[in-house]
Amino acid sequence: MTPPVKLACRHVWKVYGPHPERLAAAGADLDAIRASGHVGAVRDVSLEVGEGEIFVIMGLSGSGKSTLVRCLSRLVEPTSGEILYDGEDLLKASPARMIEIRRHRMGMVFQNFALLPHLTVLENVAFPLEVQGLAREAREARAREVVALVGLQGRERHFPRQLSGGQQQRVGIARSLAVEPDLWFLDEPFSALDPLIRREMQDEFLRIQRQLKKTIVFITHDFDEAIRLADRIAIMKDGALVQVASPEDLVLAPADDYVRAFTAHVARAKVVTLGRIAAAGVPEGIAGTLPAAARVEDVAEQVVAANAPFAVERDGQAVGHVTPAAVIAVLVGRGG
Amino acid sequence: MMLWRGIWALLAVAALVLAVLLPEGWMWPAKEMQLPMARWISAGMKWLTDSAAIGPVSFKDLTRGFAAVVEAPYEAARVLLVDGITEGKGRRAATIVPPLSWVAVTVAAVALGHYARDLMLGLLAGALMIYLAVFGQWESAMVTLASIVIAVPMGVAGGLALGIAGWRWKPVERVLMPLLDLMQTIPTFAYLVPVLVLFGFGPVAALLATVIYAMPPMVRVTLVALRAVPAEIMDFAAMAGCTPGQRMRKVMLPVALPDLMVGVNQVIMLSLNMVIIASMIGAGGLGADVLESLRRLNIGGGIEAGLAITALAVVLDRLGQALAERAGGRQALQGPWWRRHPRLVLVLAVALATGLLGLVLPAVQDWPKGWTVTTKGFWSGLMEWINVNYFDQLETFRVWMLEHLMLPVKRFFFALPWPFVLAVLALAGWRLGGWRLSALAAALCLFVAVTGLWEQAMMTLYLCGISVLVAMAIGVPLGIWAASSPSAGRGIGGVVDTLQTLPSFVYLIPVVMLFRVGDFSAMVAVVLFALVPAVKYTAHGLRSVPAELIEAGVVSGATRGQILRKIRLPMAVPMILLGLNQTILLALSMLVITALVGTRDLGQEVYIALTKADVGRGLVAGLSIAAIAILADRLIGAAAKGARERLEGAG
Repeated sequence: MTPPVKLACRHVWKVYGPHPERLAAAGADLDAIRASGHVGAVRDVSLEVGEGEIFVIMGLSGSGKSTLVRCLSRLVEPTSGEILYDGEDLLKASPARMIEIRRHRMGMVFQNFALLPHLTVLENVAFPLEVQGLAREAREARAREVVALVGLQGRERHFPRQLSGGQQQRVGIARSLAVEPDLWFLDEPFSALDPLIRREMQDEFLRIQRQLKKTIVFITHDFDEAIRLADRIAIMKDGALVQVASPEDLVLAPADDYVRAFTAHVARAKVVTLGRIAAAGVPEGIAGTLPAAARVEDVAEQVVAANAPFAVERDGQAVGHVTPAAVIAVLVGRGG
Repeated sequence: MMLWRGIWALLAVAALVLAVLLPEGWMWPAKEMQLPMARWISAGMKWLTDSAAIGPVSFKDLTRGFAAVVEAPYEAARVLLVDGITEGKGRRAATIVPPLSWVAVTVAAVALGHYARDLMLGLLAGALMIYLAVFGQWESAMVTLASIVIAVPMGVAGGLALGIAGWRWKPVERVLMPLLDLMQTIPTFAYLVPVLVLFGFGPVAALLATVIYAMPPMVRVTLVALRAVPAEIMDFAAMAGCTPGQRMRKVMLPVALPDLMVGVNQVIMLSLNMVIIASMIGAGGLGADVLESLRRLNIGGGIEAGLAITALAVVLDRLGQALAERAGGRQALQGPWWRRHPRLVLVLAVALATGLLGLVLPAVQDWPKGWTVTTKGFWSGLMEWINVNYFDQLETFRVWMLEHLMLPVKRFFFALPWPFVLAVLALAGWRLGGWRLSALAAALCLFVAVTGLWEQAMMTLYLCGISVLVAMAIGVPLGIWAASSPSAGRGIGGVVDTLQTLPSFVYLIPVVMLFRVGDFSAMVAVVLFALVPAVKYTAHGLRSVPAELIEAGVVSGATRGQILRKIRLPMAVPMILLGLNQTILLALSMLVITALVGTRDLGQEVYIALTKADVGRGLVAGLSIAAIAILADRLIGAAAKGARERLEGAG
């Protein structure tokens, strides 16, 4: 059951240089673009993001992932292509319509937080509501709710400079959620944070998402972060998509050497699901039942400790079983 | 490289030989090639003021309307600070409501200082206000302050508007940038002439000249500050759904505020400088006092007014800086407005209380005459004492400098044939910045040649050249010293910062007292005024040499002297060149002011034009000075860029 498509882009190009349209229209390849003195920041990207999905765009710096997300939100004007949000082509929207869509239906979190230094936490969070023209009481009441959601109660009157990096990004997250958008862009939201804080913020992010079920486009250069958070990952290189797949498929079936280089060092137990390694049939003497979507890493201890097979089920239907041996095979990097 | 060195050496020798062999003025631009530009400009101006009209609105109405817009707030400021509300005219005028009492103004200064930084700054500001009262400069200072209080918001608002327009529309910026360059290089006096013709003699004209003069840096700072708003913040503004207006008002301007405040501080200081100079077209206040004293050689009065200007400059500068640093450091206060603005409430209360109390007790309203101290006698006595006891030494020094340094240089410049000068400038431009710069250099030189002001221009070049030479000879070693230790840096930095806040007029006073009028006095005044960038840039250049390079020198066994000569100074060359550039620009702007002490250069030309309200003559001379300034700026700027590229290429 695939969810309905919330955001789609078709053949999106962003070429910088003297004659960008020409190259985009010709569908020129990388060498041709470079040779003509242009930069192909985004090349012929098509993708679909389903409702409620966490869609991660992963790439190294310069791969075009930031430009792509800015094309999706139309912060950058694509050279050509279509961006469909709930079926409406954003590239055909008038400036006024764009303002309308951004005010009510999009939120964005930025790498360096982009908080307004002259406003308090509460005022920052209430800012998107303020530009909509909401009265002070109403917007501050709503701002208080989201500030509480990200766990910053009691700091409403602080200024950004008085907060730690992690706290500042919580403000950024709260602010992007204040208008209750359906579509949530996060542009490397945790890259500027210390590793420990980063992990904590990822958990926090997953918690919030479980609660709100937004459609999310999440940018990162950190592959571990991508597999931790993503329902699906798109890997970008030189402005083009290399592969779009679930973390599990990426690791188990990399499309080319470039993707393989990323996935080679990933512990398989982190991505492989029980559904993948389940053997057919449910034998006698099972120790319990586990969901097919569970990742091996999360259940390994339980299965090995029980020293007995577990039934695996998807949507309430038994689809097979896993044995401790199969789990251990994944843990040591052989199975899957 | 070798070839070019040879060519430059050859040219230098050729110039020297020419200077020795040729008589002065041997080949100056001929009369036939001169264009009557002054007459054209004057005629154009006359047409503007007499018959130009847009539909039914004549140009004259336009200027009158403009003046009226400026006049109303200025009158309000005068009422508040100087005049109060009066009935009747002249001597029989009766005060109905007095102006703010000295107590109220002082308390306001303290409160502003406290608001901007802390109580210490507040007390300093208050103390300097009391100083003005004690030394009997209160009323003049308040007249000057009234002009500044009005000129600064106008300059800031105008600069902001133009800066925002330039940021928003590329074509506006393209028009604005060269205009700003020109405005900053045209000497202050030259502004005064057209303003005088258009708006007449008086405080309003002076105020307008002040605003025009003080605005360009604000435009520039605004452009830079708006561009410096982080891209992410701009993206955020778009994602929040800001309209362009909301983005500017609610996001960009507040985010850029700390940078913008630097511009505000510059507007304040330039306004003060110009308000003083604009006393020549009727600004009144402290500047008029200085001017009067200079004209009558009233030593004591001049020094007193000069010190009062210094006090005012220090207050304004410190407050401006503190406000700039404070910007963005707002605390969230809650409650009704009188809770959120306790200082404002205090000042209002004091103003009201002292205003009422002043009706009974005049000492609260006006500083009692009996309490004022005059130092005129002291200063006159001091000068007399110096002149009696050290006249010979001073005179010997002056004559020696004139004979051995100034006159030979002057002769050198006067003997050069103008095609030779043009050729050398064009060649230098070509070497330093390609054919564009070469063409610009030739065109500017040609402009000066056809104005018929070649002699004055050479006079300007000679005075400027020698002053810059002396300023660099003093300033660079001072800069090296300042960079050598933190304590020396603090000491010299403090002195230099104070020198920089003083309006150019003030420098004339001690110089004239000691050396009377003439080229030498002009040179000393210019050197004092233009010294600051030479020191600052040298020290900054030396300090910003990477620590690794110095450590590399130390571990190679270099002595302190070797490190300075072989590492720090070469690395600092681009910065020192920029300092030289600034020194030249300051020297040129000061040179114009020294017309008051009797030089015969382009500045004098402008000054004469000012006294005769001759727009054409004033503007042509002013543009000639601007031509020299732009020439120096572009050539040295290109040299500094080249030096920097060579260093970075090598490193």
